[in-house]
Amino acid sequence: MSSALHIATRKGLFRLDRSANGWDISRHDFVGENTSMVLHDSRDGKTYAALNHGHFGVKLHRSTDGDENWEECAVPVYPEGATKGAGPFSTDGEPKPASLSEIWALEAGGADQPGRLWCGTIPGGLFRSDDCGSSWQLVESLWDLPERQGWFGGGKDDPGIHSICVHPENSQRVAIGISCGGVWVTDNDGASWTCKADGMYAEYTPPDQAKNPNIQDVHRLVQSPSRPETYWVQHHNGVFRTTDGASSWQEVTGIQPAKFGFAVAVHPRQPDTAWFVPGVKDECRVPVDGEFVVARTIDGGVTSEVLTNGLPGKQSFDIVYRHALDIDETGDVLAVGSTTGNLWISENGGDAWQAISNYLPPVYCVRFVKS
Amino acid sequence: MVRVCFTANLQRHLDCSEATVSGATVRDALDAVFETQQQLKSYVLDDQNRLRQHMVIFIDGKTIVDRVHLSDAISPDSEIYVMQALSGG
Repeated sequence: MSSALHIATRKGLFRLDRSANGWDISRHDFVGENTSMVLHDSRDGKTYAALNHGHFGVKLHRSTDGDENWEECAVPVYPEGATKGAGPFSTDGEPKPASLSEIWALEAGGADQPGRLWCGTIPGGLFRSDDCGSSWQLVESLWDLPERQGWFGGGKDDPGIHSICVHPENSQRVAIGISCGGVWVTDNDGASWTCKADGMYAEYTPPDQAKNPNIQDVHRLVQSPSRPETYWVQHHNGVFRTTDGASSWQEVTGIQPAKFGFAVAVHPRQPDTAWFVPGVKDECRVPVDGEFVVARTIDGGVTSEVLTNGLPGKQSFDIVYRHALDIDETGDVLAVGSTTGNLWISENGGDAWQAISNYLPPVYCVRFVKS
Repeated sequence: MVRVCFTANLQRHLDCSEATVSGATVRDALDAVFETQQQLKSYVLDDQNRLRQHMVIFIDGKTIVDRVHLSDAISPDSEIYVMQALSGG
């Protein structure tokens, strides 16, 4: 069972450790700084924290000693002259210079790729590092795709890559999720890419564009560790699942009390078990009836349970962002952090929850330190 | 020689002591500073070498005009202040 948890927030990076007395905050680093992403790399024990200074830009820090000390390392840099495309909401139709505005995804490469990190950014870049973040290279095979011009922002002004799934048994296969640009998959370590969002549909576009895989607003993409052909997606207007390696997607309609949300987590050994944090809908991003709940399905999304034990009742208006729901390697321990600064942990798969703090800054990401 | 000062808020993140350099434009002066304080560059300029959106530079009390190329002229006795703009945050 994981005994440590990182929480990236609007006001810094927190670390929780579990003792005999339960979970408690043990560290607060980068106090006051907007921390958009955190990664603990179980391969070598390094921790990475992405900061987004309001004035001074995006920075990446690295710790090699269990979060005791941090050093600034490199951040992804777009090539000189790179443009982010005009996009459908451009005011003058002209492409704009691509400049790093956020690190939205950070993942470790495969066990056979020491030092490899993948980084998803806004505006819509995928970068890789083979030296633990000391340098980064833009994955030009993805950046140069003409389809990228069709991506657009979802929740952010520009499109962004927020999900990166490295196949647990074949590190050459990587799937990424984009808001709004669907799911793209490489089978050759990033040399070439295929859009694999067939079966998804978008309620927010003109009808003739609804099934275009390249404009799907994937809010979050996760991969089953035990059956890697299964991926789950929390999408802007629903939940989708594939069991054939993203070749085809089926809508899941059994998630209650609503199909809208940002986060999804999948059980480490049970590919048909997943958790969600529903909200009313796009236009009204609050819990249904003002009651914050977590939904769990154990049958591939045919049915779901609404988990409430230990969670607030009425008059709660927490929303959980894409990366603010995580599960540990046992499948028993879940953590969920909200925009209202609440953090809950369950140690029995969501049957019961404990509020760890009600006073955190807005939570962007929670991640267990996994072995 | 041109005097270049940086907002004290940057001291939270890295050393940005006052510097004395030479040059004909703001770009010249900043490049001279960044030669010895390389990490400071990414805090002031974005990855396209433009002044960051929420930063502002004063030359002898006036804000610069060219935020992209930093071509505003300076004189040998100019004072340059690199500040946070009152936006963002």
